[in-house]
Amino acid sequence: MVNYIWVFLAIVGIIFGLFNGTMEEVNKAIFDGAKEAVTLCIGLISVLVFWLGMMRIAEESGLLERLSKLFRPFVKIIFPEVPTNHPAMGYILSNMISNMFGLGNAATPLGIKAMEELKKLNGGKNSASRSMVTFLAINTASITIIPTTVIAIRMNYKSASPTEIVVPTIIATIISAIGAILIDRYFYYRRSRKG
Amino acid sequence: MQLISVISLTFIPFLIGFILLYGTFKQVPTYESFVEGGKEGIKIAVSIIPFLVGMMVAISIFRASGALDALMNWIHPLMNTLAVPAEIVPLLIIRPISGTAALGMTSDLIAVHHPDSFIGRLASVLQGSTDTTFYVLTVYFGAVGIKKMGDALKVGLLADLVGIVAAIVVVVLIFGTK
Repeated sequence: MVNYIWVFLAIVGIIFGLFNGTMEEVNKAIFDGAKEAVTLCIGLISVLVFWLGMMRIAEESGLLERLSKLFRPFVKIIFPEVPTNHPAMGYILSNMISNMFGLGNAATPLGIKAMEELKKLNGGKNSASRSMVTFLAINTASITIIPTTVIAIRMNYKSASPTEIVVPTIIATIISAIGAILIDRYFYYRRSRKG
Repeated sequence: MQLISVISLTFIPFLIGFILLYGTFKQVPTYESFVEGGKEGIKIAVSIIPFLVGMMVAISIFRASGALDALMNWIHPLMNTLAVPAEIVPLLIIRPISGTAALGMTSDLIAVHHPDSFIGRLASVLQGSTDTTFYVLTVYFGAVGIKKMGDALKVGLLADLVGIVAAIVVVVLIFGTK
């Protein structure tokens, strides 16, 4: 789908430029856009290096694991079908913690592991179980504590206060996570009423 | 509202201080771990370059040609009644589909409208508080061979909608619409 949107933006822009007499601007935009993107990525390096370095310390000191223990009772309520000591629980927690701290690259493999375990719990069927839908819902709501990349972008474009969006982001993310859980519950009860 | 700014400002330094003290307390070779983890940051930043170049060039063409303005004029009346700035509509459309594409759009919005404007702040909060539903769905279900998705897509997209509304309301309440 992203392929179509991408081509759509470029082609519509070029055709529009043709009829609008803005071909010169379009030409300039191609090279400016590319340059802008590379400059931005270079600007992102500083924050990404620093943050991932910090997170490595948090990981090796066992801080992330401690946090995931803290969240365990809460996650048990959201996933009533997963037994407490099942490996799925561990993976779900690690995935959520990684997402929270902006470690998307670490979160994905953990999420896939969690899915594998949930599939085993569901007898290996190729249809999504209740827990799987819940897990996806929470993942798409993406609970974030530190939106590192966004802070870096804001710094790059000379924001007076790059981090002022941290608390608003946390509030919005919590609301969307609660929304995700409630919506998921609603659909589950609707399914179970139908039998 | 002042309090929120103060919390936002002190949160990260406090967190960093805590991580460093905790690491030292647990006898982690803090500096060496930091360097090891940091190396990964370079890899990530470099690996997103092609994604951002592709998306930002396409958006630049779309904007420079005047097509974006035409689209904005067209959807403005509708979006105004919903209290949503028309400028962020393309971001709302692409957010559930591709994370890196959305990152490109967010960067573009922040660059064009300034990070401390209403649109800049809204784009910032949106980028941080919602995720790519389609990507998560394809990767997670694809990897373990789930064919029947059940209500997963519906639930994911509705959750995104809640996230979008929440982001708009929170930004308006905290920063106003300037």
